[in-house]
Amino acid sequence: MKPTITLNAIALVVALGFTSCGKQTGTSQAERTANAVASYVAPGEKDEYYLFYSGGHSGQVYVAGIPSLRHISTIPVFAPYPATGYGFDEESKKMLGDFSWGDVHHPALSQTNSKYDGRWLFVNDNANNRIARIDLHDFKTHQILGPIPNSIGNHGSSFITENSEYILCATRFSVPLPKGRVADPKDYEKEFNGMVSGIKVDPKTGEMKVGWQILTPPFDWDLGSTGKRPSSGWAFWTSYNTEMAHDTLEVNSTQKDRDLAAVVNWRAAEEAVADGKAEMMDGVPIIDPARVPGVLYFVPIGKSPHGMDVDPTGKWIVAGGKLQPATTVLNFEKVQAAINNKTFEGEFRGVPILKYEAVVEGEVPVGLGPLHTQYDGKGNAYTSMFIDSCIVKWKLPPWTDEEKKDLTKVVLDKVPAHFSTGHLVVAGSDTAQPYGKWCVAMNKLSAGRHINVGPSQPESSQLIDISGEKMKMIAEAYTEPEPHFAQILKVSDVQPTEVYPKDENKDPNAVWEKAQGGVTRNGNQVVAKLMAIRSRFNPDRIDAQVGDELTVHVTNVEQTRDMIHGFGLIEHNINMVMDPGETKTFHIKLTKPGVFPFYCTNFCSALHQEMQGYLVVWKPGEGPSGASGAVGGTK
Amino acid sequence: MNTIIAQRNNPASAASIRTTTMTQRVSGLLRREFRFLHKPLNVWSRLLLLAAAVTIGASLFFPLWKMHLVAPQYSDGLDLYIFPYKIQGGGLNGQHLNEINNLNHYIGMKPLLAADFMEMRWMPFVFGLIILMTLRSVVFGEMSNVVDLFAVYSYFGLFSIGSFWYRLYEYGHTLDPHAPVHIKPFTPMLIGVKQIANFREYSFPQAGAYLLCVSVLLIGLAGWFSRKETFA
Repeated sequence: MKPTITLNAIALVVALGFTSCGKQTGTSQAERTANAVASYVAPGEKDEYYLFYSGGHSGQVYVAGIPSLRHISTIPVFAPYPATGYGFDEESKKMLGDFSWGDVHHPALSQTNSKYDGRWLFVNDNANNRIARIDLHDFKTHQILGPIPNSIGNHGSSFITENSEYILCATRFSVPLPKGRVADPKDYEKEFNGMVSGIKVDPKTGEMKVGWQILTPPFDWDLGSTGKRPSSGWAFWTSYNTEMAHDTLEVNSTQKDRDLAAVVNWRAAEEAVADGKAEMMDGVPIIDPARVPGVLYFVPIGKSPHGMDVDPTGKWIVAGGKLQPATTVLNFEKVQAAINNKTFEGEFRGVPILKYEAVVEGEVPVGLGPLHTQYDGKGNAYTSMFIDSCIVKWKLPPWTDEEKKDLTKVVLDKVPAHFSTGHLVVAGSDTAQPYGKWCVAMNKLSAGRHINVGPSQPESSQLIDISGEKMKMIAEAYTEPEPHFAQILKVSDVQPTEVYPKDENKDPNAVWEKAQGGVTRNGNQVVAKLMAIRSRFNPDRIDAQVGDELTVHVTNVEQTRDMIHGFGLIEHNINMVMDPGETKTFHIKLTKPGVFPFYCTNFCSALHQEMQGYLVVWKPGEGPSGASGAVGGTK
Repeated sequence: MNTIIAQRNNPASAASIRTTTMTQRVSGLLRREFRFLHKPLNVWSRLLLLAAAVTIGASLFFPLWKMHLVAPQYSDGLDLYIFPYKIQGGGLNGQHLNEINNLNHYIGMKPLLAADFMEMRWMPFVFGLIILMTLRSVVFGEMSNVVDLFAVYSYFGLFSIGSFWYRLYEYGHTLDPHAPVHIKPFTPMLIGVKQIANFREYSFPQAGAYLLCVSVLLIGLAGWFSRKETFA
């Protein structure tokens, strides 16, 4: 059987570690110089684009510059990050909840009319079923939603709709629903379910809430994208494990030549919920697609596919079949016609399966292990090849008759990547008007290309110039683990603030003048309001006693960019970092007597080292004013 | 003519004659001065004076002076604008003033507080007074008004510059001996460029001051254009 032979061939190739793209040919000195200049950003000069890349199981989002590929900053999202005090003050601790890690996969910039509007960046947490919103006004996490009810393994997100109406998510795992119900995994087909979720985004504030969900069979939904222009209102996901295997998925979920991808009409889902066609489960309206026709369709895609990416025109949808040496191009007009004409090849659990031949435009033989496809807006597609370890440039339809007969003719160029590219990103690919110009390949293996740093090996990313007819490998960098996907935003398309203006600080416990600060006691509640300014805390002494509940509010009264102060408290696992104009709060119960210095942890000024004070924790009954010691006058 | 003859013929009376001549000359000068001061102002002079009044009024809306401080850490610079009635920092919400005070506290300099600048309370009043004097000259139309105006205005201008310099001297020489950083007392530059520790200070007049210069020029021209006026 042919597919088996192909698979065996792939296995052999992988086992031997060969790559059909071959070794990178040596570059001449002139090329090296030209490439160096192309990515060089001289001291004092700035990059042209932001690269927001997901940090995988580090739980964070990283910001790099393009073309330099320099790591510029880290945006902590799902894991504490002492460097910015994230996860130590009450507000960020509350956002993190009981979790101290997440698995960030697919960042999505907010869009207006299918273009980046520079307002928010949404990211998913595959591990704990959450979605976070980073505000690009200050490049900080402002909301973490979740764990999302009835959703397990929030991998197939964050896919944003054309006007940021929804963040759409699909589950990688299936469990007995609602969560908490237990069934034997042997009864997987019967008892387990997956889910597609519509997370509603407030158009003004960006505040997210769970809108509705669509119940699905227990396929493992993988990756997707949202429609635009002709495919407006639709969304698409691939799945693997249409076999519905519950054990040894490596084998049991790879038996069929095609898996069922989902074609979702999210506007119809929204309407169905408004029309009361949903049933509540764990507080969320759930749509059963068998009972609400028109919301969900299936389409077969070969084989064990991964990415399913809509092109900038909204007409072509390209799926990468990990285990078939081709990408599958669907024509949305044909999808629409098949739906209207009911050109189905069957149905699964009441959901129609569109006839493959009726919706497919062609299978492009790009090579082995196609995963993701991105677009430059000029009619070209770029697909990452995991097994071949390269990036393939090919031409989107419409194709000539000659090309249709032999689709190898639409494959235009290949450039080796090092090694095993997972996702790739072309600047603005998921908008209606990509910036083009640059592509970043996010490679899963660096396999010793770097100086030896021991067995824990970094991930590499590579910058490819796609402005010409042939792709050009320009530079590589070791991006923080582990980039799964990224978004590229032009620097001029966003205007972040550099300080929090004093008059916008609404914290009732903020203190802006010496006289406002101080320490007060009410029963065993001790509240300290501190002001941080170069190079002192005011007050710089807090007296309390064992058993007290201590709340400390620190306001950084600076209004100068980069004048950041920290508040590290010795032996109490506290480190807050306040940006200029920011007030942060922590709360602890004092359990041990002693004198504990606190100090500014974020280097601020020539007398930063002198910026310190004491928390004096008296034994009960001791202290300057007996048992109720709460000193700390201003100076 | 008789006087000259008498002087020649009678040397003894020459002294008294000289005195008489001197007195007559001074009287003549005073008469000419009196006549000059009472010269009417022609329409051009009055228009120039009106323009001067408008210019002085307009200057209130612009800074008189700007101090610009540049250091490696402050490559865009910190700005301090001096208006007749306020001092204002550059940057968002005038933040540069706080920043300058913040930095100055390390060398023990007093913070620059608008409340400490009492001249900023009377300066707008004086501006008003000068505008009134200018308008008075326009209405009364006599050369003496222009001279009054010129004298008072010049005095005010020189006094203000002197007072400004003294302010700078005082701030730079009244340093807290307990400050973390000890530096030799200094006077910030009034006009020009000066290096103070890691900062390069640029201090120059601004639009307000230039407008005032223009107004002085206009007043001078007003006098000049009516210098040959006579009573018709």
